[in-house]
Amino acid sequence: MNLAVNNQSLLLALGLVVIALAIGWKEKLGIDRDMIIGVIRAVVQLFVVGYLLKYVFRVDHIWLTTILILIIIFNAGYNAKQRSNGIPRALPISIGAILISTGVTLGVLMLAGAIKFIPSQMIPISGMIASNSMVAIGLCYRNLNAQFKQERQAVLEKLALGADLKDASKEIVRDSIKTGMQPTIDSAKTVGIVSLPGMMSGLIFAGVDPVRAIKYQIMVTFMLMSATSIGSVLACYWAYRGFYNDRKQLLI
Amino acid sequence: MSLIALEHVGYQVDDTAILTDINLTIDKEEWVTLTGPSGGGKSTLVRIIASLLSKTSGTLTFAGQPIESYDPVAYRRRVSYSFQQPTLFGETVRDNLQFPYQIRQRPFDQDRAVEGLEVVGLAASDLDKAVTDLSGGQRQRVALLRNVMIYPEVLILDEVTAGLDAENKAFVWSLIQRFNQQDHLTIIAITHDQAEIDAASRLVTIKDGRIVGGAK
Repeated sequence: MNLAVNNQSLLLALGLVVIALAIGWKEKLGIDRDMIIGVIRAVVQLFVVGYLLKYVFRVDHIWLTTILILIIIFNAGYNAKQRSNGIPRALPISIGAILISTGVTLGVLMLAGAIKFIPSQMIPISGMIASNSMVAIGLCYRNLNAQFKQERQAVLEKLALGADLKDASKEIVRDSIKTGMQPTIDSAKTVGIVSLPGMMSGLIFAGVDPVRAIKYQIMVTFMLMSATSIGSVLACYWAYRGFYNDRKQLLI
Repeated sequence: MSLIALEHVGYQVDDTAILTDINLTIDKEEWVTLTGPSGGGKSTLVRIIASLLSKTSGTLTFAGQPIESYDPVAYRRRVSYSFQQPTLFGETVRDNLQFPYQIRQRPFDQDRAVEGLEVVGLAASDLDKAVTDLSGGQRQRVALLRNVMIYPEVLILDEVTAGLDAENKAFVWSLIQRFNQQDHLTIIAITHDQAEIDAASRLVTIKDGRIVGGAK
C-alpha cells in the first residue's frame, strides 16, 4: 500500500478549508459558521466510524455486521422519507424498499461469489447500495408529488371514466421510476469517461492494478442499477396509493 | 323508485359549508339541468354524485343502495363525468377511445369507435389524428365520445359547452339529446347558457350551496 496520509498531512490539508473559509469571509457569503460546523462534524463522524469499523472488522461477528447493515438501512430510509413531503407511510415504505433492494442486491453478489459475508466487504457495499437507493427513492417521491399536482386534471378524468388507481396513476408512476433511476443510468454511461468513481479511485489510490480495479467498478455499476431499480419500483408502487383516499378519490 | 336520491346532503371543508341540506331525486332517463351563480356549489354537487368527492353529511343512494356500498371504480363506470375543459390522453384520438376498453381489459371495438366518430361529426380517418391537431370543439366531442364508448347509465356534464362557438355548442347539445333520447342515458348537465336553460325539461337552481328551485 502506498498511502501516505498521516495526522501531519491531514493537518496541513486543513489549509484547504482555510482557503474556502477565506473566500466565504471575503465574499460575505455568510456560510463561515456552517462550514466550520460541517468540517468539525465530518472529522468527528469519520473518526468515530473509523474506530467503530476497526472494532467491527476485528470482532467479525455475523450479528454485529447485520445490525450495522440494518442501522445503515434505517438511516437511509429515514433520509429518503425526509424528501417525501407528506406522502403517507413514507418511512415504512422507504425502509422496506431500501431493505429489499439492498437485500436482493447483496444476495445476488454473494451467490455470484463477488463478495463474502465479512464486515469489511458487507458494510461498505451495503452503504453504497443503501445510499444510492435512498437518493433514487427521494427523487421518486419528489417526482410523484410534482406529477400528481401537474397531472391532477388528467388523473381526475381517468378516475371519472372508471379507471382503477393503477390505471389512473400509471404514467406518473412510470415517470417517477425513470426519474429515480436516471442518475444511475447517466453515471453508468459516463463512468470512466467523465469520472473515475469512488470505489475504483479508492482501489487505484491504494495501489491496486487499474485493470483489477475496473472489475470492482463494473460490479458496483451492476449493483447500483439493481438497487436503484428495485428501490424506485417498490417505493413508487407503494407510495402512489397515498395520493388517494379509501374511496379511491384523489386527495390533491 | 328514483335512480339517484340525495337526502340532506352536505359538504364541508374545515368549517366552511360548500353544500347544505341538498334534497334531490333524479329518475332513470331523466334530464336534469343544474344552473346558478358561479361558486354556488354545482360542480361540488355533481362531483359528489360522480363519487369524485364524498359528502360529509346526509345520504346519497344510487338504484336504491347507498353510494358507499358500491365499489367506486365500478360505480364511476355507471355514472360517468365529463369535464368542462377535457384533457385528452396519449397522442391520438384512438388512444382516447381505447382508454375505456383498456381499463376494463376488453378488446377495442373499432367499429363502435368509427360509428361514434361519425355521430360526433368526425370522420373514420380522424381515429389516428393527433389530439394536438383537434380544434376546441373537436376535443370536446372526442372527450364526450370517450365517456360513452361503453355506455354508462348516467352522464354528468360539467359545463361542456362553455367556451365553444355557437355552432359547436348546438352540435354538442344535439349530441346530448341523442344520448338521452336514443341511448336512454340519464343526463345531469350544468350550464350557464340561457338557450340551454330555456330548453331544460327540469331546471334545478343552486345558490350559496343550497337548492333554491327545481328540487323534487
